[in-house]
Amino acid sequence: MLRFLLSKLATFVPTFIGVTLISFMFIRVLPGDPIIVMAGERGMTEERYQEMVVKLGFDKPVIEQYWSYLTGVLQGDLGESFITKKPVWDEFFALFPATLELSICAMIFAIVLGLPAGVIAAVNRGKFFDRALMSSALIGYSMPIFWWALLLIIVFSGNLGWTPVSGRISLMFFFDDVTGFMLIDSLLSGQKGAFASAVHHLVLPTIVLGTIPLAVIARQTRSAMLEVLGEDYIRTARAKGLAPARINGLHALRNALIPVVTVIGLSVGTLLAGAILTETIFSWPGIGKWMVDSIFRRDYPVVQGGLLMIAVIVMIVNLTVDLLYGAINPKIRRRS
Amino acid sequence: MKSTLTMATAALALSASTAFASNLVYCSEGSPEGFDPALFTAGTTFDASSHPIYNRLLEFETGTTNVVPGLAESVEASEDGLEYTFKLRKGVKFHSNEDFTPTRDFNADDVIFSFQRQGDENHPYNSYSGGTWEYYQAMGMPDLVESIEKIDDYTIKVTLTKPEAPFVANLAMDFASIVSAEYGQAMLDAGTPEKMNTAPIGTGPFKFVAYQKDAVIRYAANAEYWKEPADVENLIFAITPDASVRYQKLKAGECHIMPYPNPADIEAMQADGDITMMEQEGLNVGYLAYNTTMAPFDNPKVRKALNMAIDKNAIIDVVFQGSGEVAKNPIPPTMWGYNDAIVDDAYDPEAAKAMLEAEGVTDLSMKVWAMPVQRPYNPNARRMAELIQEDFSKIGVDVEIVSYEWGEYLDRSKDLNRDGAVLLGWTGDNGDPDNFLAVLLGCDGVEASNRAQWCHEPFEELILKAKQVTDQAERAKLYEEAQVIFKEQAPWATIAHSVVYMPMRNEVKGYKVHPLGGHIFYGVSVE
Repeated sequence: MLRFLLSKLATFVPTFIGVTLISFMFIRVLPGDPIIVMAGERGMTEERYQEMVVKLGFDKPVIEQYWSYLTGVLQGDLGESFITKKPVWDEFFALFPATLELSICAMIFAIVLGLPAGVIAAVNRGKFFDRALMSSALIGYSMPIFWWALLLIIVFSGNLGWTPVSGRISLMFFFDDVTGFMLIDSLLSGQKGAFASAVHHLVLPTIVLGTIPLAVIARQTRSAMLEVLGEDYIRTARAKGLAPARINGLHALRNALIPVVTVIGLSVGTLLAGAILTETIFSWPGIGKWMVDSIFRRDYPVVQGGLLMIAVIVMIVNLTVDLLYGAINPKIRRRS
Repeated sequence: MKSTLTMATAALALSASTAFASNLVYCSEGSPEGFDPALFTAGTTFDASSHPIYNRLLEFETGTTNVVPGLAESVEASEDGLEYTFKLRKGVKFHSNEDFTPTRDFNADDVIFSFQRQGDENHPYNSYSGGTWEYYQAMGMPDLVESIEKIDDYTIKVTLTKPEAPFVANLAMDFASIVSAEYGQAMLDAGTPEKMNTAPIGTGPFKFVAYQKDAVIRYAANAEYWKEPADVENLIFAITPDASVRYQKLKAGECHIMPYPNPADIEAMQADGDITMMEQEGLNVGYLAYNTTMAPFDNPKVRKALNMAIDKNAIIDVVFQGSGEVAKNPIPPTMWGYNDAIVDDAYDPEAAKAMLEAEGVTDLSMKVWAMPVQRPYNPNARRMAELIQEDFSKIGVDVEIVSYEWGEYLDRSKDLNRDGAVLLGWTGDNGDPDNFLAVLLGCDGVEASNRAQWCHEPFEELILKAKQVTDQAERAKLYEEAQVIFKEQAPWATIAHSVVYMPMRNEVKGYKVHPLGGHIFYGVSVE
């Protein structure tokens, strides 16, 4: 297991360097000078422009800029935002818990509903349940997040008044951040009703963000289950007279889980992408909107730092998924 | 949902530490960059910083562009317009927070500190928080201000390098907010100078309480305010970037007031019995600037003919969806010095075509530049360009629409040899006509903010003279004359001034739409 872990970690280093290079170059390849964007319609004198070029370090060769960025990153310094003048690291960690909390809830929602939906559809292949579930999954997968979110807000918040429109907690609750996770902080605050309010505020964003992963997981579970259900050992289990629930739940589902876990791992990237829109609509103070704003403002340090941090998170998730394969299927562990 | 705010009030009444007797919740459109207004340039930042937390020596009277006394009780200009003496207000208290309790009232040291940190490179705060002091620079203060001297604790003398009447209005701008020198020193001693920006201390009607990034900003009324205390005890900004969601929150009673509604929602808002809609022309102008150095656009008659071919009313309907007003002058009608006697070029394609032919211009092809971003003065430049393309085709002018990424657009459009007419606009900073006419049409702006590259001596003489005269009525006359020349010469097609809509719940009283674009909650109450 240790060798397996080390071999996976060894791929981490070149990927990490590659990501720093790509994140550094990506924003610079885009047309648009951050100093001119900052000055807006007003513009600035040539003299002032040159002053800013020096101040922001753009007068140095790109290689030198990259080197100083890379050495900074290795020392945990992601630079300072051009706009807010605050360290990117601090901004990221002020916002990331909100994105993580929402993503975890969305993933739990997707798995808890997606796995059983896929199993039920596979077991009832071609029947009403299968068709209904898979059609719903297709609709869920095709739904534009923006439209879906607004629809839910208008119906459930606007017309029915069942859920709050946006935000993480009611404005009536006011306490300091401890962990940045509203569910935990609201409990720690000891204020009556705070936790319930935080949960209440999570409902719609969770559904919106979890919809696409839910559809993907349901479809993947169904097809993996169908493949496994056709295997000889399942026929043998059936011939032995095992209860269908035991066959489906233990023998089939466990073996069908490998591709499903892969899809769940890959969905983390989708979740972060979906978080950008979901966070914007629900005024959710996470990293999605922060990144988009900084791309428009050509806030190089934030874009670089944000992309790097997101890439590292995706890499960690992928590593975890690889380790999970090993846990689920010992053959993979031994092969490595 | 309607009960949310009521619930909030009821529940908070239970907790002594957070008891809200009255709240005003504002669904703001974005996050502030920080809370030291001199460091930044965005209106969203000023809404959250300079307006609630700070005061300036002079202030814009809310709802107008008139400059009135603020922390300075009076200001006197010398005959030559080079010296301004300010008498400061006594008994003004700064806020306090957990790190700082002021030991003295506001005085001349705070004024010196507030400006020196922006202008003096050796000042310990000059480079704090990556400070570039953009507005101080952009308003030309480093070249304009020769010295700021303390005469006594309550008298300040500012000496200018040249007579410049708009200087007075500059002092009412957000970058000129007065910060506490004592707090600055205390934070410097504590090794946390950045707290000037993250835990602001001012003299304004509201004290800063807390900011949860991208989510909520909280303020409490300043009980020791030097004017009447604010009418609400708590001011809360619920940051809500999406306009449709802001509207839903307003409807649900989750906020009392919101800015920048979607044009498509305005009709429904006006029909909603729970919502009051206020409106006013914005302090902005959207225009199409010809390159007046290139033939045939160097001929005022050609420019005039093209202007006559643009159906501005159609643009207001389609691009602004009604939330705009046709612009006939380069300054908005809410500004003093606006020349209402000017008659706009009538929309007349036939006459325009004849005029072009008379000037020997046939088979004209040109480029029209469309901005890639939305702005209040132009919510959809691409659509506007398409309408202009259609209008010009009616007089035989072939238009190619071009666009670039925003930074490129701003940069390339400044080029003296630019090919084509540029759609752009401007939002005023200080309510002074000089801020439009000199910046956008003065000779100094050529190859910079003067996108028409237009340097016309009679016009230039008037605006330079208007800078030197301190009497506002006299200045207004000069600007009125300048607008007559502008109309004759037609370096731009003036297209529109946006109309600013401000929807609020009926229980909100006392709100005034501010022509300078800021959102100000002092004097606003919730019934």
